[in-house]
Amino acid sequence: MAYVPLADQDSEQELHHPKSWVTEWVFSQDHKVIAIQYGGIAIAVGVVALVLSLLMRMQLGFPDSFDLIDPSQYYQSVTMHGMIMVVYMLTALLLGGFGNYMIPLMVGARDMVFPFLNMLSVWTYFLSVLILLASFFVTGGPTGAGWTIYPPQASMAGTPGHDMGIVLMLASLGVFIVAFTMGGLNYVTTILQYRCRGLTMMRLPLTVWGLFIATILGLFAFPALLVSAVMMLFDTLLGTSFFMPAVIEAGTPLDYNGGSPILFQHLFWFFGHPEVYIVALPAFGLVSDVLSTHARKNIFGYRMMVWALIAIGGLSFIVWAHHMYVSGMHPYFGFFFATTTLIIAVPTALKVYNWVLTLWEGDIRLNAPMYFAIGFIFTFIHGGLTGLFLGNVVIDLPLSDTYFVVAHFHMVMGVSPVLVLFAALYHWYPKVTGRMFNEPMAKAHFWITFLGTYAIYLPMHYLGFLGVPRRYYALGETDFIPESAQDLNAAITIAALVVGAAQILFFINIFWSLRYGKKAGPNPWGSASLEWQTPDTPPVHGNWGDELPTVYRWAYDYSVPGAHQDFIPQNVPESEEPTADEQHFDPNHDQSKANL
Amino acid sequence: MSLFKELTVKPWERKGIIGGLEAEGTFDTSPEKVALVFFVVVASVIFSLFAVSYIIRMELPDWAPLAEPTQLWFNTALLVLSSVFFQWARNITKTDSNKNVMTAFVGAGLFAIMFIAGQYLTWENLQAEGFYMTSNPANAFYYLLTGVHAVHLLGGLWVWSIGLIRMISGVEAKELKLSIELCAFYWHFLLIIWLIMFALMANT
Repeated sequence: MAYVPLADQDSEQELHHPKSWVTEWVFSQDHKVIAIQYGGIAIAVGVVALVLSLLMRMQLGFPDSFDLIDPSQYYQSVTMHGMIMVVYMLTALLLGGFGNYMIPLMVGARDMVFPFLNMLSVWTYFLSVLILLASFFVTGGPTGAGWTIYPPQASMAGTPGHDMGIVLMLASLGVFIVAFTMGGLNYVTTILQYRCRGLTMMRLPLTVWGLFIATILGLFAFPALLVSAVMMLFDTLLGTSFFMPAVIEAGTPLDYNGGSPILFQHLFWFFGHPEVYIVALPAFGLVSDVLSTHARKNIFGYRMMVWALIAIGGLSFIVWAHHMYVSGMHPYFGFFFATTTLIIAVPTALKVYNWVLTLWEGDIRLNAPMYFAIGFIFTFIHGGLTGLFLGNVVIDLPLSDTYFVVAHFHMVMGVSPVLVLFAALYHWYPKVTGRMFNEPMAKAHFWITFLGTYAIYLPMHYLGFLGVPRRYYALGETDFIPESAQDLNAAITIAALVVGAAQILFFINIFWSLRYGKKAGPNPWGSASLEWQTPDTPPVHGNWGDELPTVYRWAYDYSVPGAHQDFIPQNVPESEEPTADEQHFDPNHDQSKANL
Repeated sequence: MSLFKELTVKPWERKGIIGGLEAEGTFDTSPEKVALVFFVVVASVIFSLFAVSYIIRMELPDWAPLAEPTQLWFNTALLVLSSVFFQWARNITKTDSNKNVMTAFVGAGLFAIMFIAGQYLTWENLQAEGFYMTSNPANAFYYLLTGVHAVHLLGGLWVWSIGLIRMISGVEAKELKLSIELCAFYWHFLLIIWLIMFALMANT
């Protein structure tokens, strides 16, 4: 007999009903509250990182006019900006935030499999953020070793935060990984075991597939960071020499001997490269669903999209050393890693083609989430193409330490996932809050962010070609960098300040609409996937009322010929195709028609 | 359905309910077991990466092999006994009788605690003999690997102690069947990991 999930047994899944305000909103075990907590913390710490980047830009654009940060603080800003954005913001918001909110709703479950573990996960994550932020207040400040925290430099005098800063960073990462593992075990188990009746794996929305593969990547990749963090903590605190070579600090030989810094780099990037896809794959999933819904068309090549996610996930573990070409390696290794890096472009390009073909001849509704989703296709193509340059050893070597790389990774894994996040935040905002956001304000937010992004990062490619080195506090005078490069830097800074300020529009919008937004109705976009079919909006504790849903079709039945309306929800049997009334589909909430 | 077959289904072609009257998980087992298998994979990755680091670090010139204490053989026997007792407890829960389940379960945990105490003793002895963590990377790896393994075992003992409290407070052994099964699985895994780590350290 097949195993019957707890959720469907007579006794019902045991839900922990909140008894007080504290258990409802603070120590809640409801996946939706946990998702909002994860998202809130991630966005808050992301704002800190955004402010750090603006401080750096002020220094770079107008080195003589402002005296906001000194060189040490510049390096600390670089480090904290990078680490916060990659790990504590993007990973936490995509997997902790969207993963928690979407998975149980999209698979038709009442909650995650282990709600208590889920609650522990978010509070452990909060602890890791506190440890990280605490490093701003200790002697020496946070580490300034760069987000890659390479030894030996990270723990030697001369590097800001070489004493307490680096220790707190490593400890915080360790705690974060524990939090991620607790959440990750929940996500994969829920997706595998708690899908409702009729919901096969190949009927899952791509959002769930993206989260699923990304979580598996995380479970395999974060251990590498944990292992390197533990050994580096031993080196720093206990004086072992796992990574620390015999080294002289300010004329004095240190007690270290014979360690291998390159070993650290291998471990770090064995985590570091899959990390790119831990961020990218959920974004791929979310954007697929947003594009399909607003194009009123099924996603093009669903199976290919799933296979590509799996292929990218697998390949992402054998490309890590392309981050280490400048560290030096056997030419055959370089050849191998360049080849795998270029191969990974194949499934990735396949996804891009499928997104574009989803739009092809679609009944496109240009709602704000769709703006961001289409904007993502642009930035992702640009960032992806420069990745092909850098994947080649001979091109990477001269460009590696220049602004070309900064431009590349910001386009591909900074701006692109962030645009998807905005698309997804706007798209699911009506479900989460029950209210519509302000559409014109969201579109203004889009245009400033999108055009501003290009104003910031396109010139950086050019600076990179000129040979402007990255990580420098100030350029000083050189023979090869023309003075006009400084004008470009000033222009980039102005664009960055405008984009940074424009994010206030987003915050005003979501907080204002929380109270004054139009009531959204259960399914304002006319979406077919399961999370829009909950009996209550926003979904209440337990999600599905008395009975769990049954799924009869995949999540992309849009514009089906002969159907009464242009979408058929997953939980509608073929025999009773819906009429407009039954679906509560209110055309007044169709934003595109309202605003066109 | 095989994985390959499942991934080649064309979901847009077939409508209606797929499967039986009840929802079915992908694996025909409890979610706790699925989660534990994933955790075991994560832990395996952690130990593999430590092992890889060990082998790479070993190649460097300052490595002086550590003569592992003989006591490790005794400790290994304790861990084997712990695993055997868990398997015994598990076998009992598969039958109708509850006889000896308490003995097996308690014994398994006690042997594990003795193993950890034994490991700690080897640390003390090595320290007393001057094999400090900082004096050589081989020593450092010894403390690190045994320590990380012990931490994993302590995590298992935490689950064991919860089971023990429930058993003492009169919960039927049948209701603890899943806990006992998962403990046994996890202990066998940690035994295998320990044997591999021991072999790696003893042979280098």
